[in-house]
Amino acid sequence: MSASHRRTALPAPSLRVGGEILAFTKSQVDPLESELIQRVLRGQHEAFRELVRPCEHAVFMATQAILKNEADAEDAAQEAILKAFTNLAKFRGDSKFSTWLVRIATNEALMKLRKERRHKLHDSLDDGRKDDKGNYVPRDFADWREIPSEALQTKELRRALSRALASLTPKHREVLVLRDVQHFTIEETATRLGLRKSAVKTRLLRARLQMRDALAPGMDGSWSTGRREYKQVRPW
Amino acid sequence: MVIEISCEEVWREVSNYLDGEITPQLRARMREHFKGCKHCTAVLDGTRNVVQLVGDAKAFLLPAGFSDRLYQKLDRKLSEDGRL
Repeated sequence: MSASHRRTALPAPSLRVGGEILAFTKSQVDPLESELIQRVLRGQHEAFRELVRPCEHAVFMATQAILKNEADAEDAAQEAILKAFTNLAKFRGDSKFSTWLVRIATNEALMKLRKERRHKLHDSLDDGRKDDKGNYVPRDFADWREIPSEALQTKELRRALSRALASLTPKHREVLVLRDVQHFTIEETATRLGLRKSAVKTRLLRARLQMRDALAPGMDGSWSTGRREYKQVRPW
Repeated sequence: MVIEISCEEVWREVSNYLDGEITPQLRARMREHFKGCKHCTAVLDGTRNVVQLVGDAKAFLLPAGFSDRLYQKLDRKLSEDGRL
């Protein structure tokens, strides 16, 4: 497809994945990506690896954050990448390839999650702390010592983040992932999940507060130093 | 004059505060509340920190062998489809 054609193409490009239409409206063509895609479409399949490699992390992150189990997340990520390969001809280049791929992965993980839910009576046993009006009540009110991004180098913090995320109910986790991990807007998150914006906001609040409570034990500085004293200074 | 707001109300809106999803009036009331309430400031700081951490690409790493398994699967699919 020529650049001029892309500029004048009126219908938004789309791909149906898992019963959902993924449509893109912004023109963000990367010449290298475009070349790799053309090579794959011409039958040079090894170019697909080059195309996907920079996106692997984002794809896995998208699925892992939605699915508790790492093996399921890997499975969903693989399925999404294979689906992208099969449907590559439908990708019209009006978004970054990585954006398109991450959205397929998110859908794949959400579909897997919904299948799992059908086999379970309850989302989670953890219903959190609520006041008499049903609002989530934060658990820790001590001064928050900021956990710096550099602390993500430590395995302890990354594990704690994964555990905290896994402790959320699926309906709270999927909202947090789309909004805070994938950086979709509240409106986009609502559209993707078929929810009202108000429901997204309510779930997001709960998810963020619960994540904060789960990570509070590290605020004594143990995330950045790797020390484990928090176990002694925090009663939970 | 800014009308006072309770801690419970602040907790309900703290996420919207971070997303800029509240009215300027409510923002002003919350900002005033934070000046005098250490607890709510801790809730705000911690929540902001969580958003920043989970949004960081380093938060979730690939499992060992992820790429190898992925491309093995892709190669299998290509040979099944007769494309290799």
